[in-house]
Amino acid sequence: MRYAFYPGCVSRGAAPELFAATTAVCEKLGIELEFEPMRSASCTGSGVLQEKNLRLGDTLNARTFALAERTGLPLLNICSTCQGVMSQANQRLTSDAGYLASINEDLAEEGLEYRGTVDPRHLMWVIVEDVGLDSLRAQVTRPLTGFKVAPFYGCYIVRPTSALGFDERPERKDALERVIEAVGAEVVDFPGKTLCCGFPILTINETNSVKMVANHTLDAKKGGAQAMVTPCPLCHLNLDGYQPQAAASARQPIDLPIIHLPQLLGLALGIDPNAMRLNKHIVSTGKLLSDMALTP
Amino acid sequence: MEVTLSVRRFDPDADRPAPYFQDYTLDLDEGSVVLDGLIAIRERIDGTLALRCSCRSAICGSCAMRVNGQAMLACNTKIADAMASGGGSVVVEPAGNMQVIKDLVVDFAPFWDKVRAVRPWLQADGPAPGPDEEYVAPNEDMLHLAGVMACIMCGACVSDCTVLEVDERFLGPAALAKAYRFVADPRDDADRARLGELVEYGGVWDCTRCMQCVEVCPKGVDPMGRIMAMRDRAIEGGYDDSYGARHASAFTDMVEHSGRVDELRLPLKTKGMLNAPEMLKLLPVGLRAQLKGKRPPIIHRKNPGQDNVRRIFEKVES
Ligand code: SF4
Ligand code: SF4
Ligand code: FES
Repeated sequence: MRYAFYPGCVSRGAAPELFAATTAVCEKLGIELEFEPMRSASCTGSGVLQEKNLRLGDTLNARTFALAERTGLPLLNICSTCQGVMSQANQRLTSDAGYLASINEDLAEEGLEYRGTVDPRHLMWVIVEDVGLDSLRAQVTRPLTGFKVAPFYGCYIVRPTSALGFDERPERKDALERVIEAVGAEVVDFPGKTLCCGFPILTINETNSVKMVANHTLDAKKGGAQAMVTPCPLCHLNLDGYQPQAAASARQPIDLPIIHLPQLLGLALGIDPNAMRLNKHIVSTGKLLSDMALTP
Repeated sequence: MEVTLSVRRFDPDADRPAPYFQDYTLDLDEGSVVLDGLIAIRERIDGTLALRCSCRSAICGSCAMRVNGQAMLACNTKIADAMASGGGSVVVEPAGNMQVIKDLVVDFAPFWDKVRAVRPWLQADGPAPGPDEEYVAPNEDMLHLAGVMACIMCGACVSDCTVLEVDERFLGPAALAKAYRFVADPRDDADRARLGELVEYGGVWDCTRCMQCVEVCPKGVDPMGRIMAMRDRAIEGGYDDSYGARHASAFTDMVEHSGRVDELRLPLKTKGMLNAPEMLKLLPVGLRAQLKGKRPPIIHRKNPGQDNVRRIFEKVES
């Protein structure tokens, strides 16, 4: 299994633990990540750049797709937001030949052309669709039996369903729950799992953003969650990084560790927590790890 | 087919009013929609069940409610489909983000207040057309607007909007989509004033882009897409000094400069380095990140081949 690897901005910026955990887990699972040919790929625009200029966003993503196409490998990403923005861009690009041709004109100078053959996929989907949950289960060396984990998807990997291939692949709807179960943990269901973490309005309306963090983390805790797992580093930035503010606004302690999806996989695959920088979270994962008897 | 509808009920006249679930099992035709089931319950089993409906054909917008946790039109939702996606169960609840009056009936007064607040009527300068004349607009502009005018004011989007859940002052997707209908109308001359109000608190910049409204709207109105279009128009129209506008601009500049977002500088640029109170608020966040070794790199390196990305910016933006 080889993939053209698109790590996104955050895993190389504010969430280096995601990058570390991804590479360690993929190595364990025999997923080869080719980053070199993708190094010059830009940010997807994250939906923010698209607010200013949709066509610009589509051109940048077409360029990324063209780079991936040149490698002949399927494109893998590790961020719900990257996934959604790429899927939406791809839908526009591949459903209108005239539009794609005009976008390609702007790529031509660099010798690139997007032929429309890329199907960008998040690691979470790749685990379910390519690795297979049975194979994952068989490779688990430290089943997380008895641990209660709440899923948190991130908006862009669940909406709009029309762009995400949910009709052809209905297993994408609950992929996160299925991965949590495959590593032996118990799923804590709660209504906020597919809702917004509040990150996009953090710098615009911090009060509302932080209220969302408080609502979701407290709901998950009410359901008995010992940790929350997310495939989205932007959700992580808010749910982990702003949990102290959320606790202050809700006037109660929260202390719910937020784990990146690859970190959850890594724990079950026996990877050293420190190698996945689990000791570098804002909300300490110490108690969770010691409860799991995983502290090094 | 035999179906069981689990309905959330609420009786304001009860001794101690509190919501509760009541299960109704009944026999219905294969193709029945949720509204058929509810009307059958009212007619055959329990005449006290309160609900709103009228057209039964997804036109009047009266019957939005939550089915298995998501807002939809009861008259437009097959029970069989709901059972298939809900693992066999059909849970019917009133629309969210609005006060429940009784059972499935919610109070739409704040909804209409917000629609009214965007002044949903044409404000044209100059003399009104004479009795035999009309306002003329290009066909393609009106075709574009037809997408927004398809709104039936059902409130499904408002029910499931994640911002309204934490802040009732947000205008919300339906009212903002309606605002776009006039902002983008070539016959309307009040764009500037409209946009000036829409960039204020509770307006276009408070949407968190969660796409709930896009997903649940039964008419393909795409409220979020309209909100994004108004953000663009607001920036273009010179309303570029809100945090939202500065965030979008700083973000875009970073991608142009280095190909990537610089999480260290993005909040600083959005808030403005000279904005002392906001800088003070960012301090503990930065400090915590620093202590955990999570601070983004101070030196933000460019991606290799960034010249190519810059050229794309120049081309597309010109
Ligand atoms: S995209 Fe914006 S308006 Fe639509 S539901 Fe989400 S927060 Fe509300
Ligand atoms: S935008 Fe769609 S969901 Fe919202 S009120 Fe109009 S028709 Fe209903
Ligand atoms: S009854 Fe009119 S929209 Fe459903």
